[in-house]
Amino acid sequence: MNEFFSSLNIMDYVWCFIVGGLICVIGQILIDKTKITSARILVLFVTLGAILGGLGIYQYIVDFAGAGATVPITGFGYNLAKGAIKGVNELGLVGAFTGGVKAAAGGIAAAVFFGYVASLISKPKMKKQ
Amino acid sequence: MQKIGKQTIKFDKPQTILETASIVGPKEAQGPLAKYFDNLLEDEFWGEKTWEKAESKLIKQAVNLVITKSGIPADLIDFCFAGDLLNQCISSSFGLRELNIPYFGIFGACSTFVEGMILSSILTESGAANNVLFGASSHFCSAEKQFRFPLELGNQRPPSSQWTVTGAGAAIISSSGNGPFVTYATPGKIVDKGIKDANNMGAAMAPAAVDTILSHFKDTGRNPSYYDAIITGDLGHIGKEIVIEMLQTYGYNVKQNYNDCGVLMFDKEKQDTHSGGSGCACCATVFSGYLFNKLKEGKYKKILLIATGALMNSTSSQQGESIPGIAHAISIEV
Amino acid sequence: MDKIETNKQYQDYVDKKTPNSPIIKNCFNAFWVGGLICSIGQLILDVCKFRGFDTEVSGTISSIILIGISAFLTGLNLFNKIGKFAGAGSIVPITGFSNSIVSPAMEYKSEGYVMGVGSKMFTVAGPVLVFGISASIIVGIIYLIFNTQSITLV
Repeated sequence: MNEFFSSLNIMDYVWCFIVGGLICVIGQILIDKTKITSARILVLFVTLGAILGGLGIYQYIVDFAGAGATVPITGFGYNLAKGAIKGVNELGLVGAFTGGVKAAAGGIAAAVFFGYVASLISKPKMKKQ
Repeated sequence: MQKIGKQTIKFDKPQTILETASIVGPKEAQGPLAKYFDNLLEDEFWGEKTWEKAESKLIKQAVNLVITKSGIPADLIDFCFAGDLLNQCISSSFGLRELNIPYFGIFGACSTFVEGMILSSILTESGAANNVLFGASSHFCSAEKQFRFPLELGNQRPPSSQWTVTGAGAAIISSSGNGPFVTYATPGKIVDKGIKDANNMGAAMAPAAVDTILSHFKDTGRNPSYYDAIITGDLGHIGKEIVIEMLQTYGYNVKQNYNDCGVLMFDKEKQDTHSGGSGCACCATVFSGYLFNKLKEGKYKKILLIATGALMNSTSSQQGESIPGIAHAISIEV
Repeated sequence: MDKIETNKQYQDYVDKKTPNSPIIKNCFNAFWVGGLICSIGQLILDVCKFRGFDTEVSGTISSIILIGISAFLTGLNLFNKIGKFAGAGSIVPITGFSNSIVSPAMEYKSEGYVMGVGSKMFTVAGPVLVFGISASIIVGIIYLIFNTQSITLV
């Protein structure tokens, strides 16, 4: 365990925290200033992530901030785009269609599965506040 | 009964509001008006499987309660009016399907309660009926589900948003009785000032309230000081301020005796309800509980109740339509 | 105040009357909660890498775990409280994507498992998949057309 902690670089976490936090702050400003609903924010961010990923720009942010760039939904878009490019390199045109979803498959499948399980065992409750 | 002025009905033989009943949900039960309601629920499901069923139960029980309280046998009640916010008014029609009283489903969004009161009074005054029952209901969870987002979605409510009241109110209008009396009714026009923000209903409905209040004063020759209280339905804190300021520009000062059911219903600071309460049940329960009590006690002798409604649905707001507002006013005097 | 005649006047008046969201407080909360969630993701990522998984698999595992935690909190009726506090801080990270799938699934259970849970699950998150996947396919096709490294402009 100690070996693991000594392998961590504290600056990785500082940048991860700052960049991840800032991406969320951009979302917050958009929500508060423009009355865009949170669902639209997610769509905007995922599309932006895919475009920046395709242009190769997002890769720099990922290299710099790690999970600070991949955990926000923009990272999901980046992942899709990266997968599509990888797919094209491997399979050509078919890869453009299969690559993105393949790269994001874990996340999509997990969300769908957990959503189903949660609906089996849990009921929505009224916000007390 | 006759029409006076442009749009006001004057009742020659004042019709009596015989009895009222109100049931509210758990959040409303923690609000400042809790002691005035007949029945306070502990949870929003009320033993039912779905919120829609719970809302049907609300209107059903409120109607049963008002019949019991009035002492009038159910078969002497001639007609009933009811409405709610759910698509095709299912809470009312499902809740009242075993009632066995001729039924009119009405939709006036959150103005439904007063719409029902006006129609009931017209029926009893005309001689077509002796006793007419009316009611309205809404439920926070079923309304959020239909109009906004799932309850468990982790989004923030903007400061202008309002909190749909969970509850139901019902009342009986009778052609005989000792009051409180319905003396005038001013049905409102649809007014749309172009507000599109579904999170700012108070602002969307306030111009309709202003229009109806102005018409009422003009038609009856009364002015704000005639009434002990002028109460709008569910404009909330923002809508209330707008009404005060807009009426001011027409030379009417209502600051002293004007309030709003949505403002009265919740404690804004403690209950975090932002701009205040809304929904059909807001005006219905505040009138049936709080205001009717004040009239009976003699604390209020003359009130003007203006229920306000936003005539939109989720399709219209997704298509970018603005929100048409409506407001119906009724004058109730002891 | 003057009489309000036109819709434009009324809209301006309403904008003035409507209180703004407490944006500084919201941004501060969004910042630290969002940063914290990303840091948890980074920690999971590092644990996976330490265990010998490659970067890609580690990233997937990290996403799945965050999605799982978020789904669990949603099921416990806690996520909306976090969301109310943190706003975009919990919506923008992958946790928000998970919450936006899990919350309608729970909500529409009353309409049955097929037309309720199954179809309504995507009412909020569906667009994310539609636009995200479509954008990635377009990126792939454009890349194919140019099929050189020059597509990476920077």
